[in-house]
Amino acid sequence: MKIAVCVKAVPDAAAGRRLDPTTNRLDRSGELAISDFDTYAVEEALKLKESAGDGEVVVVSMGPARALDALRKALAMGADRAVLVTDSALEGSDLLGTSKALAGALEREGADLVLFGQQSADGGGACLWAAVAERLRRPVISQVSELTVEGSSLTGKRQTEFGYDTIRSELPAVVAVSDAINSPRYPSLKGIMGAKKKPQETFSAADVGGAGPVGTTVVATSPPPPRGEARKVEDDGSAAEKIVEFLAEKRLI
Amino acid sequence: MAKTLVFLEHHEGAVQKGALGVLAKVPDAHGALVGSGVRALANGLGTTVWVIDDDSLAAPLPQPRVDVLAKLVRDEGYDTVLFAQSVLAADVAAGLAARLEAGLNWGLVDFDGENGRAPALQDTVVVDVGWTSDVRIGIFRAGALDAGELGGPSDVRDAAVELESFSSLATMVEQAHAEQQGPSIEEADVIVAGGRGLGQPENFSLAEELAKALGGAVAATRAVVDAGWYPYSAQVGQTGKTVAPKLYVALGISGAIQHKVGMQGSNVIVAINKDPNAPIFEFADLGVVGDLHEIVPKLTELVRARRS
Repeated sequence: MKIAVCVKAVPDAAAGRRLDPTTNRLDRSGELAISDFDTYAVEEALKLKESAGDGEVVVVSMGPARALDALRKALAMGADRAVLVTDSALEGSDLLGTSKALAGALEREGADLVLFGQQSADGGGACLWAAVAERLRRPVISQVSELTVEGSSLTGKRQTEFGYDTIRSELPAVVAVSDAINSPRYPSLKGIMGAKKKPQETFSAADVGGAGPVGTTVVATSPPPPRGEARKVEDDGSAAEKIVEFLAEKRLI
Repeated sequence: MAKTLVFLEHHEGAVQKGALGVLAKVPDAHGALVGSGVRALANGLGTTVWVIDDDSLAAPLPQPRVDVLAKLVRDEGYDTVLFAQSVLAADVAAGLAARLEAGLNWGLVDFDGENGRAPALQDTVVVDVGWTSDVRIGIFRAGALDAGELGGPSDVRDAAVELESFSSLATMVEQAHAEQQGPSIEEADVIVAGGRGLGQPENFSLAEELAKALGGAVAATRAVVDAGWYPYSAQVGQTGKTVAPKLYVALGISGAIQHKVGMQGSNVIVAINKDPNAPIFEFADLGVVGDLHEIVPKLTELVRARRS
């Protein structure tokens, strides 16, 4: 079975995330890392490959050329190959362009199963998979916390606002997994050493069918409205007393 | 003049509050009810409501809904399609966006008929968003709008069902039905909520004891519900319940946006977390950086002593 995992290289959480004031887009100039949420999808792909006994796991991403460094973490975990769609024509892509570029790359790969993480780590809409599935004309199941593949079909347990649904689908399919589905492995030293030697391919926009349309724009940005007083204290052994005082002051006890 | 369609998500015989809020928000917006046996739900909404009713639409799966909404938008010339955030709505909206090559803005808290407003990056910046496509698609953030006032007779119309071949490849095996255990957290004045920072499922007893002392109910984050530590009926957040108690005590909860949208309406928020950089400290009225395993038992004792 061939499994493609779509991942996103996002600004490192420790470095903070902000908008670039000139473009109003997320500032991606600093260190990039693959989104934590995506490591669950990588792990699930590796587990499926391991239990099947054979197959291939390829990570697919769109982003600046530097994103290849971030994709190496997935290779170090055990993925076989990395594919990066990178092109200045794709800068500023929104859902439409991103889904088109990824679908183009995925069509070239022809995977049986396409996995996504549950959301991006930098404030995405948690819905890219549905746009990609639409372009690939494949079934989609999102928010999956348990996944089993049997023969040419899969079963996923989906969490919604109302509880858990069980949904079955034929392969090929697109599945977005939640972070409850597994515990992602840490790359081993051997994995890290070997990652650089694994095949890493880049595609241009033309390779994946050209840049897509852009349907959205940022009109303006502003600081958030001021919030009420937010007190923060370090526990010095008297935190419980301080909380009780606070609750009494607010007439809550 | 904008022609707006609102996706009216429903569950167990009721249109969701969030969707009704969106319908009430936008003047002259029409509704779309998609499902099986849903005709009665179209009544009393005081506007045009399209009913797309068919056995093939019984399960709440996104792709058949993309098909029927895309046809409706094209046939009737809608230029704006709005959703209230949910797992289903997000998947329908994104599929529809790709089908129609229509821009999609999400996380909206406001929409003026032309542009929308969406807090971004963990609410550290407010972005006014616009559309450059012929059709605009928007998803409102969960709990962003009050239900608003709707009423009066509906102009109920039927629309046809034509499904794409790939839209029926995913099928529902077993659909969730709401399971209620214990008192509803939506009614509680005080909520003590636990997250991964509790360390292990047994430590939910810390939250339970404190809730008992305060006369409140226990809630949980998605992470611990998915991990099986606590029942789904107690989950607060984007895919759980939206609560607004007088007091919300968050134990070992980082405060990610998916949790925040479910509890930010709380009157007073107290948070205990060992990570000083946890986002919850940005919006807690009182944040305590410390070890909840030491603080909570003491706090429970003090509250008990004070109340007895």
